[in-house]
Amino acid sequence: MLALLKRTGPGRRGRRTIADVAEQTAPPVIRDGTPAKPDAAVVRDALGVGVAVGLSGFAFGVTSAGSGLSVLQTCVLSLLVFTGASQFALVGALAAGGNPFTAAAGAFFLGTRNAFYGLRLSQLLAVPKAVRPVAAHWVIDETTAVALAQPSRRAARIGFTVTGLTLYVLWNATTLLGALGAEAIGDTAAWGLDAAGPAVFLALLAPMLKSATERATAGIAVLLGLGLLPVLPAGVPVLAAALAAPAVLWAQGRRAAATAGRERDSR
Amino acid sequence: MNVWIAIGLTAVGCYLVKLLGLLVPAGTLERPLVQRLATLLPVALLAALTAQQTFGAGDAVVLDARAAGLAAAAVALVLRAPFLVVVGAAVAVTAGVRALGW
Repeated sequence: MLALLKRTGPGRRGRRTIADVAEQTAPPVIRDGTPAKPDAAVVRDALGVGVAVGLSGFAFGVTSAGSGLSVLQTCVLSLLVFTGASQFALVGALAAGGNPFTAAAGAFFLGTRNAFYGLRLSQLLAVPKAVRPVAAHWVIDETTAVALAQPSRRAARIGFTVTGLTLYVLWNATTLLGALGAEAIGDTAAWGLDAAGPAVFLALLAPMLKSATERATAGIAVLLGLGLLPVLPAGVPVLAAALAAPAVLWAQGRRAAATAGRERDSR
Repeated sequence: MNVWIAIGLTAVGCYLVKLLGLLVPAGTLERPLVQRLATLLPVALLAALTAQQTFGAGDAVVLDARAAGLAAAAVALVLRAPFLVVVGAAVAVTAGVRALGW
């Protein structure tokens, strides 16, 4: 969904991703005094993202029902989890025979990035304390990207709310349609629908592979994820592959320290 | 029942991390190392999940029609196709290759 934002959403600024926007806007600049962006323009941006991404709930509904979850289970996931990558990861892990704890752990780790989005948004939107428990449910990739791209707090609040509402309604409606459709189709694999999940992951991953650090992490994670598949219980290899992230950071830190050491010696 | 346990844990866990970001004082999670780990963790998880759901079959690694579908998705991504087109390409090519009996 990040990939999609790059093209259609207000996040489109060359090859930047939400993470970039988040990094580069720290601390968020609130310019309430500047000429405001018209509310209608903000709503248009937000609707564009909300509608396009919201429709992809169909792919989730089909994948989830095709993985053996019931229509009710599929819809409860979209209603209560409401963060796409985690939902796809969970049904994929369950379909592969993972136990509920390792499956949920993988989905949870994928969801931790939302905490960092929330951190940015709480400063940008100045969410009142009473509203936070409700607003939290909509703190995801797309709402964050739209809100961070706005020039004022008012525009950011409108962008967040309109994106969140549109996406929530559409994502859940299309999840239901997809799940019902998958039940009607029967053998979803014959229709190639088992390829929807990995394609979604690839589309999310592609814009994140900006530098050698990200590519090295992805490469090691692929090797660990596939290499450990035959030896560890279902669901565990993905968690082990997550260790690629701290491993690459550690190796980088060591190399930086070694370079600094050599520079010191040469002086 | 196991599925419901997994759904419950995921729903509660994912909601709490979302809420955490809105509740903690600014600056708590701002340490550079924490930020970089938070950026890299999804990269590792998404890469591993992509590979497993393309090449995994139970506890075995296999090459089947899904690999062709994923290649189609990769081409669509390089061509900067919209998200739904990327997913659609993967599904269509996988179905096509399977229909050919591969």
